[in-house]
Amino acid sequence: MPEHDVLIIGAGLAGQRAALAAAETGASVAIMSKVHPVRSHSVAAAGGINAAISVDDDWRSHAYDTVKGSDFLGDQDAIEVMCSEAPAEVMHLEHIGVTFHRNDKGEMDLRAFGGASTKRTAYVADITGQAMLHVLYEQLMKHHETVARYEEWFTTSLLRDEAGRCGGAIARDVRSGRMEAFTAKNVILACGGAGQAYKPTTNGLIVTGDGIAMAYRAGAPLMDMEMVQYHPTCLVETGILITEGARGEGAHLLNANGERFMEKSAPNKMELASRDVVSRAEQIEINEGRGVGPNKAGIFLDVTVVPRKRTLEALREIVNLGRDFAGVDITREPIMIRPGQHYIMGGVKTDIDGRTPIEGLYAAGEVACVSVHGGNRLGANSLLDTLIFGRRSGEHAAARAAGMGMPKVDANAALRGDAERIDAIVARERDGRRVSEIKNELGELMNRKAAVFRDEEGLQSALETIGRLREEAGKAWIDDRGTVFNQDVLGAIELGYMVDCAEATVVGALERKESRGAQFRTDYPERNDEEWLKHIDISLGEDGTPRVSYSPVTITQWQPEERKY
Amino acid sequence: MAEAHDRPPEQFTLRLRRYDPESGEAPYWDEHTVELEPHRSVLEAILQARDKFDGSIGIRCSCRQAICGSCGVRVNGEPSLACHTHLDAAKLGAKDGVIEIEPMGNMPVIKDLIVDMDAVHWKKIRRVTPWLLAKQPVPEREYLVSKESMVDVTQTMACIQCGACVSDCLAMEVDPGFIGPAALAKAYRFVGDPRDDQQFERLNDLAQDPQGLFDCTHCFKCVQACPKDVNPMGQIMRLRRIATNDQHIVDVNNGERHEAAFTTLIKNNGLLWEAELLPRSYGGNSWFGKFAPPAGRELLSSLPAILKALLRGKVTPMGALRPHKIPSQDLKAVQSIYDKVESRPERYELNLYIAGEDEDAAPVATASTEGSDGQ
Repeated sequence: MPEHDVLIIGAGLAGQRAALAAAETGASVAIMSKVHPVRSHSVAAAGGINAAISVDDDWRSHAYDTVKGSDFLGDQDAIEVMCSEAPAEVMHLEHIGVTFHRNDKGEMDLRAFGGASTKRTAYVADITGQAMLHVLYEQLMKHHETVARYEEWFTTSLLRDEAGRCGGAIARDVRSGRMEAFTAKNVILACGGAGQAYKPTTNGLIVTGDGIAMAYRAGAPLMDMEMVQYHPTCLVETGILITEGARGEGAHLLNANGERFMEKSAPNKMELASRDVVSRAEQIEINEGRGVGPNKAGIFLDVTVVPRKRTLEALREIVNLGRDFAGVDITREPIMIRPGQHYIMGGVKTDIDGRTPIEGLYAAGEVACVSVHGGNRLGANSLLDTLIFGRRSGEHAAARAAGMGMPKVDANAALRGDAERIDAIVARERDGRRVSEIKNELGELMNRKAAVFRDEEGLQSALETIGRLREEAGKAWIDDRGTVFNQDVLGAIELGYMVDCAEATVVGALERKESRGAQFRTDYPERNDEEWLKHIDISLGEDGTPRVSYSPVTITQWQPEERKY
Repeated sequence: MAEAHDRPPEQFTLRLRRYDPESGEAPYWDEHTVELEPHRSVLEAILQARDKFDGSIGIRCSCRQAICGSCGVRVNGEPSLACHTHLDAAKLGAKDGVIEIEPMGNMPVIKDLIVDMDAVHWKKIRRVTPWLLAKQPVPEREYLVSKESMVDVTQTMACIQCGACVSDCLAMEVDPGFIGPAALAKAYRFVGDPRDDQQFERLNDLAQDPQGLFDCTHCFKCVQACPKDVNPMGQIMRLRRIATNDQHIVDVNNGERHEAAFTTLIKNNGLLWEAELLPRSYGGNSWFGKFAPPAGRELLSSLPAILKALLRGKVTPMGALRPHKIPSQDLKAVQSIYDKVESRPERYELNLYIAGEDEDAAPVATASTEGSDGQ
């Protein structure tokens, strides 16, 4: 049975950064992912990473922009940590090899991004996430002697000892189907969000809320799950993301009348207002009949106003995406986009060192809610979040490991339990529904009822439907009876994870009777600081239903004020 | 505009190469017909078949937008990302109207469309010391490097490790030990990076390896296969030029001498003088090369092949002893190419990530706004 000081589940940016940080202290580290690390969804982050590295900038300005972007729901102590540590972290990434775009002086170039008061976004063309993920993986290959890699291992549950501390995880080797128990002094969840609970979404097919649901089932509270970001520029049909970098470089948003409608809701920042503001403005244009294209369901993103040479150099990936996935040359004509599910600000509740309320269990990246994003994440803050809190979690977990022995967990019982659970799924009778049907219904439901605009009635009916889907998911059948690469059975487990995440989102959205950040309730259209300037925590009750409680927002230096762009 | 994508759904039939390692049976073909708009991807078609008809179809996939690199397969024999191949184009390329999808080549199949990338692709990546060996001391802020250098290495940074180039590499088919296009492109990512301290050591290592820099046969398959314009063969050629022209690395594989002999022979004669190429590659780049012991040994060991060629009339003794003749104005034209290229202060390297001048954008944009874009 493998034993490690620190076991990291998920190998995107947060997980890899955590692994490298923990290994640097000499701890015994393992990193596990259900896919090869470079397939992790961090790879799709395009636009860049925020850090106040310019001599004219100050991390406090970055922090204030982030607080304001969060609609004052972000915890300011965490935001201060993230923004003040950002410059050194970005420099570290540069030093280990990220090929950041340069200016004429040879320094890192910075581009404008939504919700930022100055140019603060370092970037690698529009493949920033990919460049960073691949460079971190280079480092993992370099440090192969100190970081064990379990690539294509699917985690099925977390282990806990008698005192309730986290002591490892059970996982299945996807390639062989073999189950294994991993004992660990600390587990860091770094396995991303739950975008696949929505359809369509910009998120990859692997983003199924595994970490959120496993932590929730183990008793950890989830926080701010109602805060779901819709990215303003996704391709109409497939939901594929067009980077905010396009607007950062100067692209316009136009309605059917050719108007830059953002001047109505954000006269100063226009297209570079924060994402919740832009997505809502687009949805209003579409709802009021000023959309473009078939069913007037889209908005034009006009990149032709950006010099073509600059577009080819700095936005090359979206030139290709436009050509390959929409048949449009974005350097010559506008492209049709709409808001699409992109990110969840909520997640497993943690402190600034990534600690969850369960001892020995950490979380970092999209799976976690520190909370630095509050009601709305600024573009190019997610890569930063993964690195800062990935590193801090890794360091903290390694330090904790140094002072303790290996936890005593009944790994064999847990291993048998999970193996039997999987065998039972494989053996299910074919009298219910297919996993894929239920997943589609769930995704479409969430995209209808828990999207940019929400109301009591829609959310209530969504909650009822989710209850039915949960029951159906428990009986859903699959085709694959094998053990080697049985992706079918993993899909059935993932469906259960997504149902948990979707339920928590809807419960949170019903609970929050105000409009703040990404949560817009048409029946409560105003922000209400008096009653709702607080986090909504959701834990799994003993009867298996979600329990709601509240926790205060940490305010250090920025009092809530009206939010205008 | 988006009208290009307004076509209604059509039926597409897929012929999938299936393999179940647990069945004890050989791979087989499996057909499914799905309904999708023609501009949708082959991946979406496979996923529809999986969702509707057979959940056991194995394929790695995630992002659906050609960035995660998971879904490398062969479509009608050509390596591609399934998510990056349109159904209408795939149907046009199919022999009998049925889109044929197989696992990638040059790598062992695990199940259905899933291959063992670790056993081949990643092993080769690990061969090239795939991390930055940074110049010391590390600066307090960023390394100051030129804008062009970072854009330049970003072309190879854009590699998504999908394995399409590995799948189709002809040199690797013959010599499975060849480091191969993806890993050598990755090597350029460091050799071309001005922050790396080991340019010479890296190049020397790859040049001296008999399965390294000079094992590529210039077939262009990897260039064609790459879904991200990484141009792996172009990167290999750049590594060679830096190794030979700039670092003057003379390698045990005769790669440097071979290139020098090739260029000299064409410069002098306008066409390749094949009979001179081998002795010069082994013995040195002059007419006397053939008298050097290594050239003698190589000529001796090549004697059976030379004899066979003579017997079959592929070469004649006189033809071999004299260079091919071309008209003198043609020879002059060839030599003027050499003069022009050699007189440049710097070597031009083709890099698709460095955008050219914006010559044609303005007139085209004006013309189209006048006409159809009334709305």
